[in-house]
This record gives sequence, C-alpha cells and structure tokens, in this order.
Amino acid sequence: MGQKKSKNTVAEHKQEVSIGLKALGTDIYNQLDKGFFPSVNMPSRSTENINYDPATRQYILGERTVNRSARNIRHVKPFTQLAWAAMFSNELTSHRKTSTLRDVYYSAQAYEMTFSDQQESNNIITDLETITGFSREDFNIFPEERSAIFGDLTIGYTVPGYEGKTLNLTSHPDGVLIGPALTSSEFVGTNADKVIAIEKGALFTRFIEENVHNKHKSLLISCGGQAPRQTRSFIRRLHEELNLPVYIFTDGDPWGMHIAQVIISGSANAAHLRALNTPDAVWSGVWASDIIEYKLPTDPLDEVDIKRLYELQRDPRYQNDPLWQREIKTFLKIKKKAEQEAFSRYGLTYIVDEYLPRKLDGNSKK
Amino acid sequence: MVQTFEEISASDFFYRNRDIAGFTNPSRAIFVAIREIVENSLDAAESQKIPPDVYVRLSYEAGATKETQIYKLRVEDNGCGIQPRFIPSAFGQILYGSKYKLKQTRGTFGLGGKMALLYGQITTHQAATVTSCTGDTNKIYTFQLMIDIQRNRPVIIDRKVQINKDNWRGTIIEFTLEGDYLRSMPKILEYFKQTAMVNPYANLTFVDPKGRLYKFTRATTDMPEPPKETLPHPYGVDVELLQRLISVTECPTMTEFLRYHFHRVGGITAQKFLEFNELPPNKNPKKLTHIEIVKLTQNLKKFKDFLPPDASCLSPLGEELLKTGIMKELNPEYLVVHQRKPSTYAGHPFIVEIGMAYGGGVPKTGNFVLYRFANKIPLLYDEASDVSYRVIGSMNWRRYKASADMPIAIVVHICSTKVPYKTVGKEFIADRAEVRREIANALREVARQLGHFLSRREHVDREKKRISIFSKYLPRIAEFSAMLAGKERIPDIDKLLKSVQKYGSEEK
Repeated sequence: MGQKKSKNTVAEHKQEVSIGLKALGTDIYNQLDKGFFPSVNMPSRSTENINYDPATRQYILGERTVNRSARNIRHVKPFTQLAWAAMFSNELTSHRKTSTLRDVYYSAQAYEMTFSDQQESNNIITDLETITGFSREDFNIFPEERSAIFGDLTIGYTVPGYEGKTLNLTSHPDGVLIGPALTSSEFVGTNADKVIAIEKGALFTRFIEENVHNKHKSLLISCGGQAPRQTRSFIRRLHEELNLPVYIFTDGDPWGMHIAQVIISGSANAAHLRALNTPDAVWSGVWASDIIEYKLPTDPLDEVDIKRLYELQRDPRYQNDPLWQREIKTFLKIKKKAEQEAFSRYGLTYIVDEYLPRKLDGNSKK
Repeated sequence: MVQTFEEISASDFFYRNRDIAGFTNPSRAIFVAIREIVENSLDAAESQKIPPDVYVRLSYEAGATKETQIYKLRVEDNGCGIQPRFIPSAFGQILYGSKYKLKQTRGTFGLGGKMALLYGQITTHQAATVTSCTGDTNKIYTFQLMIDIQRNRPVIIDRKVQINKDNWRGTIIEFTLEGDYLRSMPKILEYFKQTAMVNPYANLTFVDPKGRLYKFTRATTDMPEPPKETLPHPYGVDVELLQRLISVTECPTMTEFLRYHFHRVGGITAQKFLEFNELPPNKNPKKLTHIEIVKLTQNLKKFKDFLPPDASCLSPLGEELLKTGIMKELNPEYLVVHQRKPSTYAGHPFIVEIGMAYGGGVPKTGNFVLYRFANKIPLLYDEASDVSYRVIGSMNWRRYKASADMPIAIVVHICSTKVPYKTVGKEFIADRAEVRREIANALREVARQLGHFLSRREHVDREKKRISIFSKYLPRIAEFSAMLAGKERIPDIDKLLKSVQKYGSEEK
C-alpha cells in the first residue's frame, strides 16, 4: 500500500492563518494607539498589475501597491469593514466554525457593519485575502458552490466533533462533497495512483458506475463546471502531498479547455493568492483533434466560442505548451465542438473502456 | 334710412362690457368683487397710516341657478371713512373717485368697487348698504343705494344717521351678488394668503359661506410711508395734458412754467431744455401756438437731461416689510429680499422689489413658485404671460446652484403710479424692456445670495457628513482591532476625531 501521510500540514497552516490575522489586528491597533489614522498597504488588483509568472506558471500580482487609510473619507468605511472581516475571520477560525460568503454578508448586520450588497462584502473578503496572502477558505469562509470527490482516499477529520474519525471516500456512491470538513482534513492513506478531474457531474457518476476508480486506480473529482477554489486547492494538495498526477477531462470546446487551464494555471481573479493551481496537471481531453479522430457528433462553434478562442490564443497561460495552440488552431479549423457525452454514440461504456485508457496512456507517454 | 345715435353713460358702458373689468363669469365675479372691495379698504387705511383691519364675510342667501347662488358680501374696514356727502357718488357713480391723482394706489380708475356693486345690482336687483364714519364727527351715516345705470347716477333709497358712541371709524359695505363660491374658493383663499404676504401690517379675516374662518394676523405695525402726490414727469406728458396745464397756469414765463408744473425740473434744467427746444425762456406759455405745443411735447420726450422721477409718489414695501410678510406666510428656511432703486418707463416711476425664499414652508412643486404683486395686489391669473415668468424662464439658474426642482419661491413686487398691466383686469405685467431689466437685475441679486447660501450649506452639510462618517467608523475600527489583537483596552480615538474637525476642507 502506497500510504502517504501529511500529518500536521493542516494544523500548521491554520496556525499561520491565525498569526497572520492577529498581526493585521495588532498593526491597526498600534497605529490607533499611537494616535495615527491606521492604514494598510496591499498589492493592487487592478488589471495592469496582474501579470503572468512563468516561474510559478500562474497569474500573480505585480509590484504596485495601494494604501487604504482610515484618514481618507472614502476609505474609512471599507477600512472598518476590513477590520471587521479580519476580526470575524479570526472568530471563525479560532472557534473552528465555518461560514459562507452569503453568511458573512448577513453576519455583518449583527455587528451593525452593514454592507450595501453581497458584492461589497465579497470584495472586502478579497481585500483581506490580498493583505494576508491567505485564501478565504483559510478563514473558513466558503462559497456556496460545491463539488465532489470519490475514490480510495482515507481522510482524518480535524473539524470539531470529528477529530480522530476517518472516512474512506469510496463509502458513499454519490461521492463526498468537497466542503470545509473535507478540505480541512488530513490525508491518512490512499491506494490511488492518479487523480481524474471531470468537468460535469453526469460523467463523474458514469465513471463511478463503471468502476473507473478501481480499473484505473484513481480518485475521481467532479468540478461542477469551473472548479471552485477549494476544489482547486484540494487538487493541488492531492498532487503535492500524495504525489498523484492529475488528469483533467472536459467538454471539447473553448470553455472546457479553459476549465482545465484554470486548474493548471489559476485565474486572474485569484492572482493575489497562491497554491490554488496545479501546474503539473494535464488536460487530457476532449481535444479538438479527438473530435476528428473519434468522429464525435458535434455542434458548430458559435460566434462567442470563436471570439473566446481568439482571446485564449493571446492569453499568456496558453503560450508555454504547444498542445494549447495546436488545439486552438484545430478548433478554429473545424469550427466544431463536442460534449463529453458525445461518446455515447459508441455505447455507454466506450468512453471508459476505449477512450479513457488511450488518453491516460497517451498522457503518461508524453 | 335714418341712423339713430344714443349717448351711453359710463355705467351703461361697463354694464354692457363688464368683461373688461374682470366680471367674466360667476366664479370670477365673486373673486373680483371681494378683491376690489378689500383693496379699497386697504387703501383707505393705509392712506392714514393706520394698520388695516379688514373683515370680510360672504354668506349664502339663496339658490339662483344650477351652478350659482346668491351671496351677501360684507366688508368692514378701519380706514379713513368717507364724508357723507361723497358716499352716494363714491359708490353709485362709475369713474368717480379719489384716485385720479399721481400717486401709487391699488386701484387706478375708481372703477372696481363700483363695478362690484353694479354687478351685484344687475344680478340680484337689491340695494347696497354703505356705512361710514371718518372719525371727525360723532355721527355714523348709513346709505342704501342703487345705481341708475342709464344716467350713471346714485339713487338713494334710504339714509340713516347714528350716534358714534364707540369712536368707530371706517367703512362697511354690504350687498348681494350672484356667484359660484365653490369654484372660486381656491383663488379667493390664495388671494387672502398673498395679500397677507405683502401687507404684513394688516389683519385680514374672512368668513366663508360654510362658516369657516380664515384669519391672517399682522406680524408688525410698521407701515411703509404713504405715497405723496406728485407732478407729472416730462417724459410722461401728452399734448392734452400740456394744454390743460397751460390753461390753468399762472406762470408768466416758460422757465417758471416748467419748474412749477413738472416733476424734478429746476431752473437750470428748464433753461437747458428750452435751449434744446429753441424757445426763449421768458416766453409766456399762454402764447404758445398749437404747433409749438406739439413740438414741445415731442421734445419733452426726446430731451435726455431730465432727472428721473423720484420715488416719493411710490410706496414700496421696503426690504424689511417684504421680509416680514414672506416669513409670516411662507416661513422659509432661507430668505433674501432686494429692492431696486426707482426706475422709469415712459415717464412713470416704478420700483421692483424681489424676495427669494428657500425651503421650510416653501413647497417643492418641480417649478419655481412665483408670487406676483403690483402695488401690493396679488396677481393670480395668466402667470405664464407675465414678464416675471419670462425673466425667470430665461435665467441661467445653474450659475446660482439653484434649480426648479428645489423648494424655491420667488416674490416679485412692482409698484408704480401706473403699473404696466396688459389688461384692465389687472392680471399680468406687460413685457416692457425697462421693467424686464429691473426684474432681471433684482432676480440676479437675490439669486446670487441664494447661491452663496446654497453653496455654504452644501459645504456645511458635507462637513457634517464627513465628521459623522469618521465618528461612526473610527470607534468601530478601534473596537474590531482590539478584539482581533486580543487587547482588553480599546485605543483612545478622541484626538483623531478632533483632528478630523480641524481639517475643514474636504479630501481630494
């Protein structure tokens, strides 16, 4: 059994988060105490300051910083909201409670710290991420969206009331939600030797039914469209802590291609955060060339698809691997797209029995 | 064919043409009747510098037609009263009156009050009762009068004398008329409110047919100086007037003639003018030929060096009283008034007074609320035709930070020996260049001050808001950071809050 352990990483990380939040609070407190208007510096998130970093293979923020000061009449409200959000996050993590973005918005009202809308409170959370360098999931704040995992991985809970309990992720055939309890758990052991991330829930279920996790010794993840941040960071942990290669299967269109890309290289929206991407993950399909090779049933690309392809062609994340440019060109040539379900024309099991092994094989050869 | 001509009397003329005096329909008639009598009462009190007390009661008498009713109108005042020998003519003879001199009065032709009685008589066939005492005697005279329309003569039905035990002085008029009170009610009430605004020293009481009491109490006993009678100004003279003056003058020379019969003409001005007119200064005016008189009239208008008429014949409210009146009726948050220096048009002196009120009791209507007055009479009809309305419409209000959607009321008062009305009905002021210019200048002046007020207030508001934002948030930052840092003591932020107030100006 290739059991791999990653004890303490979760606990250590939690400790760092707590220190970071307290440091921010102390900084503000000391400035006030000395009779100054408190201010904080943070990297600017304006588009001009978002650069692609080839070394880490993701978007990062540049040198430019902004100063938010309570001295400025326009900043004092967001500054207060930021102080509140930091305090609230600290309460959450120190009491080991979780919350959602929606919940943050409502919780603020209890402190008479109203946000004018959900977007405003989301922005403040993003500010807090930018200042501290931790992601909102580190503060136990999760978006509502959920994705799922299935496969032979045993985890050890760290959430209150479950400490010491373990769970094998094959125990429920619908898969297990990738939520705070799962992402905060330690990895106890696995027999899998790869991770397969799938764009859609339907194919994820098909893979479980077809026993792909056993046949190919894999952990299956349903991204549910664009993979949520916690899922992306969980994939990275699986890769880093368990050394598992990651394969991504999406629809054969520019949108599916980009879902894979964000798992690999991260998003511009999260340029202020690290450790959300998995640069070594591989997009395994459905490629434009698969559409030709497997003669898949297709729909024509519409205008938006084509516009998106040209955008991606210029995107720095698509420059370093010739695969991307080749597939973009092929899409533009055939002007067709195909969904993962298109393989059904060859029977229900074709994708699992024929396509998947060949693609996994092909990737490992690469 | 034989064509017949008949002479008609003044009464007969107005009987046939009552529209021109404003008695156009039953609802308008009742409004105009009240207005004319009340204005006579106010004039009667003001001429003696007595703060007016005017009591008006309109009571229901009988139904008349589907829409109209017969009402009894009673108006009591504490004015100068009328000597008994003048009473019958003053109320029973059209175009007979005390207002044909050159000074500012509300009425102009002595027509309105009599038109009201005439209208009452032709609609109800009842006599009017006039009771009056001048205060000089201890007798009160009461006349019952009707008007012989064809002959324009008063007919005395009855005459009574009472002993004046209580030293009463004033006039009481009571007569019946047909009208439509319900439809005219809004205008009548508006009339009283606006009259109270420009007569802040008057007590006005109105009891309507339903028994409702409307009381407008004076806010001051200060009154404007009564107007003085004045000589005609050279610019306002025509051939007929000149000929009449020549026929009555006792001056042997032209220089003296000009000095004694014209307003603001002295010896030097008279000499200069006669040079300009090419007449010897010692020429006897009675010897002027008809052609010379016509030339003289024309040159009187052309000569540039006559001094402008002075305003002693005018009785403007003055800035203080205008302020008092507007405060009393509108109770605005901010008020600015301005009185222009006297000006003239066609030889008639006039003065423009303007008030601009903001906020408080001033309603927000989406448009500037305009109150127009001429010789202290509210003008309630045809607003859009009035020169003030046009001037307001042509101003660039943004320069003054003002806009029509703010609660702004503009009060325009023009007083003159001859108000440039466009119609006999006294509804609106004609658009004459001189008048327009004065109104525009006065408006600019008050608008400038309102603009200062608005920007000052904007500044204060912004400052207050700024301080309140800091006061709201800084304590919270202190609280949250203390919680987050795990400190018991909350940092003292009083000094920071104080420093915020010192900055004064806003941030970039």
